[in-house]
Amino acid sequence: MKNTTVTNDVAIQVTGLKKNFGDNQVLRGIDETIRKGEKVVVIGPSGSGKSTFLRCLNLLERPTEGRIFVHGDEITARGCNVDKLRQKMGMVFQHFNLFPHKTILENITLVPIHTGLMKRKEAEERAYSLLERIGLKEKALTYPNMLSGGQKQRVAIVRALAMSPEVMLFDEPTSALDPEMVGEVLSVMAELAEDGMTMVVVTHEMGFAREVGTRVLFMDEGLILEQDEPKAFFANPKHPRLVDFLSKVL
Amino acid sequence: MGFFTSLWQGFHSAIVRTFVTDDRYLIFAKGLQNTLVITLGALIVGIFIGVAVAVLKVYYYQVGPFKLWPSLGSFLRTGRLRYLNQVLLRLMDGFLNCYLTVFRGTPVVVQLMVWAFVVFSSTNEVLVAIIGFGINSGAYVAEIVRAGIMAVDKGQTEAGRSLGLSAWATMRLIVLPQAFKNVLPALSNEFIALLKETSIVGYIAVTDITKAAALVRARTFDAFIPLFFVASVYLIMVTILTYFQKKLETVLQASDRK
Ligand SMILES: Nc1ncnc2c1ncn2[C@@H]1O[C@H](COP(=O)(O)OP(=O)(O)OP(=O)(O)O)[C@@H](O)[C@H]1O
Ligand SMILES: [Mg+2]
Repeated sequence: MKNTTVTNDVAIQVTGLKKNFGDNQVLRGIDETIRKGEKVVVIGPSGSGKSTFLRCLNLLERPTEGRIFVHGDEITARGCNVDKLRQKMGMVFQHFNLFPHKTILENITLVPIHTGLMKRKEAEERAYSLLERIGLKEKALTYPNMLSGGQKQRVAIVRALAMSPEVMLFDEPTSALDPEMVGEVLSVMAELAEDGMTMVVVTHEMGFAREVGTRVLFMDEGLILEQDEPKAFFANPKHPRLVDFLSKVL
Repeated sequence: MGFFTSLWQGFHSAIVRTFVTDDRYLIFAKGLQNTLVITLGALIVGIFIGVAVAVLKVYYYQVGPFKLWPSLGSFLRTGRLRYLNQVLLRLMDGFLNCYLTVFRGTPVVVQLMVWAFVVFSSTNEVLVAIIGFGINSGAYVAEIVRAGIMAVDKGQTEAGRSLGLSAWATMRLIVLPQAFKNVLPALSNEFIALLKETSIVGYIAVTDITKAAALVRARTFDAFIPLFFVASVYLIMVTILTYFQKKLETVLQASDRK
């Protein structure tokens, strides 16, 4: 179903999104429009529903209520092809979730080949050129176990990119990393941002929010309480909850 | 000297009587063949059933244990297809639970006789044995594989699905290989147990290698040679199986090296 009220430069539109886990209301009505090329950073205290919000965007969680449009197509509509949708939305997880029984190369080429997006030769060429970009070409034939956390996460990003997604979702991509590895992952993400990718990033890295983000959302108790472009957002927070939160993390 | 000579001569003639006279080695050969055919056949049937049951049960668990009666009620009131789906899922899970309970809760020799004398009155007892042992083994394999699937990190499924793989492709390409590796020792145990369990097929008139020993013993009135021979054959087969299990484990552990 096409939503004709949505203009062409909208990547994701969310209206009235609610999600309950049993009696626990985790998202309590979220309306949000993300334009193509935006880098939206989502911050908020633990348990505020950031991950759940992100996971609703590619239907890893089924919304209890509300509608989500991606590039004008309603993904919450009955009969929407979820697998096709997800091929256009990459996701990067806190714990990398590389496939331990596959080599780095296979991690990257498995899905493009299996879904018929590319032939093996093409997929491998693309994988190698992506690996070259992150400086891990020589690791192509090793297994994830042999990589450091930062290397794993960079491979995970590249694995998602191999599908040529139009939107990338990041759920705390650096939270499980040793501090000295955070930078290498953030710089890959910053490069990606420069290339014009639409990104939604849940993170506690305020520096990244400031420098790479085009908009910052503050979530608390299942609602987006405040949002602004980064400079104004950090310079004069208005909601008392946000003021309190920033005073703790900055 | 006379003592040892007569001991050896007695032993030698017992061996001749057990294996050579009347070409009795043919009985053992036939028996060994049946043991191998039944074990291998049951193994294939068991893996097939076991993996299918495990995947279905995990799927049911992931979709969520629906309450049967409310969804049946909703289905009858509204006739909506998605309630039908829930009702069918619930019924399927109930059926699978019955299967697991019945086949793990009764002796395999009883099951075998039921198949042979009640269900099929076929003359192809080997086939009946394959079916009987296969269905029995499937129940054990199902629980082993299910535990293996549950032990694979949920993030693996999420990663596969988030890239756009279907649920089944994710299961087959990502979860099952890891689950299989987790449970390889338990599966090998199950197969070793299966191999030895086939020694009861004499109950449905199949001559496996154990039954062969019994037949020969009844003719030669010597128990020692046939029984120790058969015991050694099982031991050798189990040793070979174990060898391949270790080999396979080493291969699968290639990805664990740091
Ligand atoms: N699958 C689930 N089943 C039940 N409850 C869940 C599930 N996933 C999340 N929750 C609950 O939803 C709430 C919000 O979780 P969520 O993971 O979205 O928070 P978050 O903002 O990402 O927190 P964090 O910063 O700790 O990652 C929490 O109370 C959590 O316990
Ligand atoms: Mg989270």
